[in-house]
Amino acid sequence: MLIYSQPLELTKLLAAINNFLQGNLSPGWANLVKGILVGILILAAYALIALALIYIERKVAAFFQARLGPNRLGKYGVIQSLADMIKILIKEVIHINKADKLLFYAAPFFVIVASVLAFGALPFGMNLHALDFNIGVFYLLAVSSLGIIGILLAGWSSNNKYSMIGAMRSGAQFISYELSAGFSLMTIVVLSGSMQFSEIIEGQRYCWNLFNGHLPAMIAFVIYLISGHAETNRGPFDLPEAESELTAGYHTEYSGLQFGFFYLSEYLNMFIVAAVATTVFLGGWMPIQIKGWETFNQAMWYIPSWAWFFGKAGLLMFFSLWVRWSFPRLRIDLLLNLEWKYLLPINLVNLLVMVVIVLSEFTLTDLFPALFGK
Amino acid sequence: MKFTKYIGGIFTALRSLAGGMIVTWKELFTPKVTMEYPENRKTLVISDRWRSELIMPHDENNEHACTACGICMINCPNGTIQVTSSSIDTEDGKKKKILDKHLWDYGSCTFCNLCVITCPSDAIIFNNDFEGAVFDRSKLLHRLNHEGSKLREKKKESPAPATEAPAKKENREA
Repeated sequence: MLIYSQPLELTKLLAAINNFLQGNLSPGWANLVKGILVGILILAAYALIALALIYIERKVAAFFQARLGPNRLGKYGVIQSLADMIKILIKEVIHINKADKLLFYAAPFFVIVASVLAFGALPFGMNLHALDFNIGVFYLLAVSSLGIIGILLAGWSSNNKYSMIGAMRSGAQFISYELSAGFSLMTIVVLSGSMQFSEIIEGQRYCWNLFNGHLPAMIAFVIYLISGHAETNRGPFDLPEAESELTAGYHTEYSGLQFGFFYLSEYLNMFIVAAVATTVFLGGWMPIQIKGWETFNQAMWYIPSWAWFFGKAGLLMFFSLWVRWSFPRLRIDLLLNLEWKYLLPINLVNLLVMVVIVLSEFTLTDLFPALFGK
Repeated sequence: MKFTKYIGGIFTALRSLAGGMIVTWKELFTPKVTMEYPENRKTLVISDRWRSELIMPHDENNEHACTACGICMINCPNGTIQVTSSSIDTEDGKKKKILDKHLWDYGSCTFCNLCVITCPSDAIIFNNDFEGAVFDRSKLLHRLNHEGSKLREKKKESPAPATEAPAKKENREA
């Protein structure tokens, strides 16, 4: 395999920082400083991506409704969400009488910590990967489902019937759809034979998993998008916070920064779902590569890998916004119906089909090794 | 068969979902209806029926059509209009009422249009200059007749058309 020139990659910069730290500090301190730097970077990226997403969501929502959206603050309103953030930071945190104080204050942290943990394990680009576990997919599923504890705690401790109903709905919804999301990711794990994100991405160099596993992979992709949507309490599945019935659902009683945490993690969970779908189905940060077309491949590598990652994830997020502004909200029984009577049985059959396809060497890489082989 | 119905239902659902998404996709590119107000002042269209500020049109000779009869003041449901008049002797020895001040309070007007409807000489109209916000409540009290204006003589026969461009804002300071 040729080594392509990658002018905009951050690999060299990261290596230089690493060498500088290790040259000047003892190994233990160097690792500590690196860990702190990575943590700060992840938190900063978390906040920045959330701000960008809030702006994009408002703008796209407006365009779907033949409006212009935020357009007063800065050119095209680009710093609107920054102003909103400052406002939410300086707002008063209102204390609720007869609320369970400890759980009430702990709940937003559960939500945001779960989403930061999942966010930190994403492969953003070549070598831009804080944690590359050999059980990456499993880890991500595990930590991202911690957030539901926060939501349940928030609803329980608020001492408010609407919050309680919202949290209960959210719990039922999340636990149901977690199954579908897990099974559809398992389908792809079967296909790529690894749970490690870096290996999954490397395996998709010439053929994305979405096409490699053709029919079952596409079904898994659709199911993952639907269940990812449902897990993030967005789109047609936003009945935990159905404002017309439950005011704001589980975060009715929250204000100021605590509400900000819920808000932030909602948007970041949308990003995480899109990013995982990108990594697992659409080749992650890997640029589009065609076997044998060396000039084309080189041209694709001039676009840095993180741009590919954010581009693909951005497309999926646009899709999620599009869905959100297209469909009416589901009723709770219809929602559970969809999961338990449709998605889950289809998913189980799909997983079986994928196993058969992989074992009988019927994937695209096996059928056309000259075109798509590794 | 139950199973074919199940499978058929999935495809029907997918088709109708796709139909909905096509509709919203088209909606994404429709012209936006938002009006960006301070920027579009030049092209802003306010309906002729919009009542915002009561004015008394004056012609180029600084003459108006108000005979100071006070019907507008009587008809005003909440006392927004104050008409003060004085009587003078004309050349042929008759007594005649002339208008001193026609005061209208922007702040208490409900824009019901009764004054304009009942005015026998069509002396007052509502224009659609809607930017009436001021920082001081006393500025809301408008004097509608201009300084030194007088009643238009009857000889001219045709009263001035109501659409005549009024000299605006001068009466704010009154």
